[in-house]
Amino acid sequence: MSAAAAALARLDGVEKEFGAVRALAGVDLTIAAGECVGLVGHNGAGKSTLMNVLAGTLAPDRGTIIIAGTDLSSRYSVVAAHAAGVRCVFQELSLCPNLTVAENARIMHPHLTGLKWRARAGQLITEALDRIFPGHGIPPGAVVGDLPIVQRQMVEIARAFTETDVPARLVILDEPTSSLDALVAGQLLAFVRDFAARGGSTVLISHLLGEILSTASRIVVMRDGKVVAARPAAEFDRVSLVAAMGHVTNQMAGTAATTTARRGEVPRVRARPRPGETIALTAHQGEIVGLAGLSGQGQTRMLLRVFSREDAEVSGSVALVAGDRQTDGVFPLWSIAKNITIGSLKRMLKRGLIDAEAESELAEAWRRRLSIQTPDMRNPILSLSGGNQQKALFARALGSDAEIILMDDPMRGVDVGTKREVYDIIREEAARGRTFLWYTTEFDELMHCDHVYVFREGQIVADLPRDQVTEERVLHASFRADD
Amino acid sequence: MSVRAIVAKPWVWSYVAAFAVWLATIAFTGGQGAGGVLTAALTFGTFFALVAIGQMFVITLGPGNVDLSIPATMTLAGTIAMKAMAESDAMIPVGLGLALLTGLCVGILNFGLILLLRIPPIIATLSSSFIVQSTAIWWNRGLRIKPPPALGDFATTNVMGVPVLAVLVIIIAAVMHVVLARTVFGRSVTAIGQNQRAAWLAGVKVERIRFLTYVLCALFSSLCGFLLASFSGGAALNMGQEYLLTSIAVVVIGGTSVAGGFGNVPGLWGASLFLFLLVTMLNTYGLGAGPRLILTGAIIILVIVAASYRRQRE
Amino acid sequence: MGAVVNPRLLRALLPAFSLAVLLAAIFWLQPRTMTYFGLNLLLNLAIPIVLATIAQMFIICVNDLDLSIGSYVSLTACIAATWLNDEPVVGVAALALCVLVYAGLGALIHIRQLPSIVVTLGMSFVWLGVAILVLPTPGGEAPEWLRGLMTWKPEFVPFPIIASVVIAVVVHVGLMWSPYGAVLRGVGGNARAVERAGWSLLKAKVIMYALAGIAGAFAGMALVGLTTSADANIALRYTLLSIAGVILGGGEFVGGRVSPVGAVIGAMTLTLAASFLSFLQLNPDWQIGAQGAILIIVLALRVLINRAEGRR
Repeated sequence: MSAAAAALARLDGVEKEFGAVRALAGVDLTIAAGECVGLVGHNGAGKSTLMNVLAGTLAPDRGTIIIAGTDLSSRYSVVAAHAAGVRCVFQELSLCPNLTVAENARIMHPHLTGLKWRARAGQLITEALDRIFPGHGIPPGAVVGDLPIVQRQMVEIARAFTETDVPARLVILDEPTSSLDALVAGQLLAFVRDFAARGGSTVLISHLLGEILSTASRIVVMRDGKVVAARPAAEFDRVSLVAAMGHVTNQMAGTAATTTARRGEVPRVRARPRPGETIALTAHQGEIVGLAGLSGQGQTRMLLRVFSREDAEVSGSVALVAGDRQTDGVFPLWSIAKNITIGSLKRMLKRGLIDAEAESELAEAWRRRLSIQTPDMRNPILSLSGGNQQKALFARALGSDAEIILMDDPMRGVDVGTKREVYDIIREEAARGRTFLWYTTEFDELMHCDHVYVFREGQIVADLPRDQVTEERVLHASFRADD
Repeated sequence: MSVRAIVAKPWVWSYVAAFAVWLATIAFTGGQGAGGVLTAALTFGTFFALVAIGQMFVITLGPGNVDLSIPATMTLAGTIAMKAMAESDAMIPVGLGLALLTGLCVGILNFGLILLLRIPPIIATLSSSFIVQSTAIWWNRGLRIKPPPALGDFATTNVMGVPVLAVLVIIIAAVMHVVLARTVFGRSVTAIGQNQRAAWLAGVKVERIRFLTYVLCALFSSLCGFLLASFSGGAALNMGQEYLLTSIAVVVIGGTSVAGGFGNVPGLWGASLFLFLLVTMLNTYGLGAGPRLILTGAIIILVIVAASYRRQRE
Repeated sequence: MGAVVNPRLLRALLPAFSLAVLLAAIFWLQPRTMTYFGLNLLLNLAIPIVLATIAQMFIICVNDLDLSIGSYVSLTACIAATWLNDEPVVGVAALALCVLVYAGLGALIHIRQLPSIVVTLGMSFVWLGVAILVLPTPGGEAPEWLRGLMTWKPEFVPFPIIASVVIAVVVHVGLMWSPYGAVLRGVGGNARAVERAGWSLLKAKVIMYALAGIAGAFAGMALVGLTTSADANIALRYTLLSIAGVILGGGEFVGGRVSPVGAVIGAMTLTLAASFLSFLQLNPDWQIGAQGAILIIVLALRVLINRAEGRR
């Protein structure tokens, strides 16, 4: 059978931009019937964006979407995707926690009505659960919010495979095993292979390379918003897969020379290992410590632990640079200046009142230092571009008297020019004795760090001094070795 | 400040509306009683504005924050103070102190419930208001004790048509304006209202600020109860009734964002005057309570819908 | 407690348990209430409160709050005592218009993303104003059939109990059992997920507000049937009572976790609380306060149960 004839879904030249960032730079992807496509790539490679486009939750800026031979580009949506048999299991749970398992199945199927709908919905989801996770023990009448997270994830996966009027033709599984234990994950992967054998298609995204290699029939590797390799799974092994994900040029040369031995004195920050953890995180004065790994592996939680001093010895005041500007950083109704000075108000008090002059001085000083692009710091913060808003958040933390600066992947969606300027300032401030804890999902940024901890599944799995930091090592540690 | 910058301030409109309503009123009477209407507006607006200041700080804390215990607090504070003073001038400081102490206790109770029971402020303040109101009924025992003569005189004195109480509350409003705009507390309240998580991550002591805000609101309620009881010749059990909805209405019409994060004090006075003058105008035109209430409600909804369009433009 | 008793079950039983304890205490204090007439008297005023609580529950189910239900019930009571009695067609049309306005509010709140608290606050003024126009001074007269229904004395089981059970069953079937009911509750639980599955959130919100309007209209009619006359302020305290009733009945403010049966029980508990206190010969001054205290105690119990659950 020719690939074109059997193509279930075809994306051609799909592009998507978020502000200055090009998340998808012209992606072509074909998924044949009966195929399990493994999709891998490092952070920000564009996997999730691509899958959101395929599932109909995100409209691309350009490109065509052809499902089962019909060009749906102009009218593609979640509803259209459902009608065509395309389902997606999202990383964040999309069940209603207040409803029962059966009722959640009902939400997916508008035609599931009639007097006995509850029994039929229960039967539908139980059958799917039985097929995928034999011996699951989830009653269809259980309220989802009361189930442990593992079972919720199982319900969510099973729901994507339930069928009423439209068969499930293509199911996208975005990190489906992240909250499953090994046994249940094994059941799922066996089912996916079986589903493919019966003509169903899946796209599997996972940080466990073993899963991808053992389950996928074809592997697509993405990097920087493009597909860089697409070959049958048999042609890959762990090493070649990691190599395909990394950059061709190795930036290690030249930077490894300036290794700094960890200073002997008492560390400024020490996060005690919690039960089950083995490696403690420490940071000394004047050090830039990187928190690496795939996104969402517990790095932010570690920063918050240090911020709120839970299970962590912290000597010195702390400030945080948010990465998610909307939810964690920006005060949208305020001026740029007020957004900066909120971190230093106590210093600017004059007879109990905030001194307007001191405030504008501080804002002005940081405008110059970080070259924030604005005619007037009294303009609203939302008048700035994303990168400049981020600079304002840096100014808030650096302008305060904090000795320890926590950075929560702050360079997401920031242009290259801004990044360079900020890197220089971080190094200057570290040289003056400030300590940085820097969670980053961009490998290049680890090159600025004196020490790197790699996180996986909520734990530190590697502790790398500067001279040992290579992209390969970080990638290896980020993806679990066991199969 | 340019004309355009002034017009862009949302609170300006409450004064424009108040002025327009006043003009419409005196146009009907042919200019008669124009001054008297203003004096009355200042008198009654004083009590609206006083509770609205506290409510404004609470609402500025963000969605879900609102104090429903204001009427009960007013009643209890007024009752306790009147009874303690027992018409004796010498006891006025004690009465005032007790009123404020009442407010302090209610504020602590409110925030304690919010924090310990993890329930939305609206329910916490509602539950506590039941208890506070009952305490007031029990303490009052149906008696109506007059305020001490000196206090009663003070509360009802006008100097050249301007009530002394209004001057007092204008000064309080000015102080609270500075508190909102220029102190760490005020800055923190607006930060929490815009984004509580971001405020926490920026180093704001969120729970401490929320605690202070609820106590502040209860203190203003108790002060208002004390003054209102002094003004109207004693504490009545239903004296706070209309202040629940009015306090929120004044805050909304005054241009404070109900979504939180943006408050302003000048608008509270404008809205208080407007609401009183609206009643006067409708009375002058011979319209009763029905149209007055309908108009008030419609204005609240219009203001909030208009604000949603402004938000969209930004 | 955690290991033996399932906290979820405990939480579900808490409202019924509170009601049973209260009822037992009343019977013990005043054995005469254990008769047909005693129960009738005790629970008569519960019916309108139950209906108002159900109305509030529909709104809370979609994560909103209705501060206007009290004045809305007052208005529908005034309409029932005037137009519905004199000109039944006009009365029915007026009530239908009220329900339409409610539905429109749901649409407005959803489309403009307005805070329901402020919109319904504004509406509470409007409803009250209209009520005063409809019935400027206390009075009016309940339609004969309404009065007959509310004072009906069926054999064996007092009418308020039958009515409460019917209300609970009807709303339970509609909201908890019907296929679309699951979608409506899903909107409160995870609106994004429901929208992703292709449902209209606008439609859901309009329906919930319309249902609240209908339940509120019935509350006003029931109230007039009991009191025979109305006034514009007759049901203002229902706003707070209805919120308290939903919460007492195990409902939560966000997340679409509500229970019609619980709401009915919660409303009855609040009604009985007042009688209980008078039988206790406690100072009547403390009646409202005791309602507040009961609310706080139940909420505190729930926090304890949730903690036990969290520990498991």
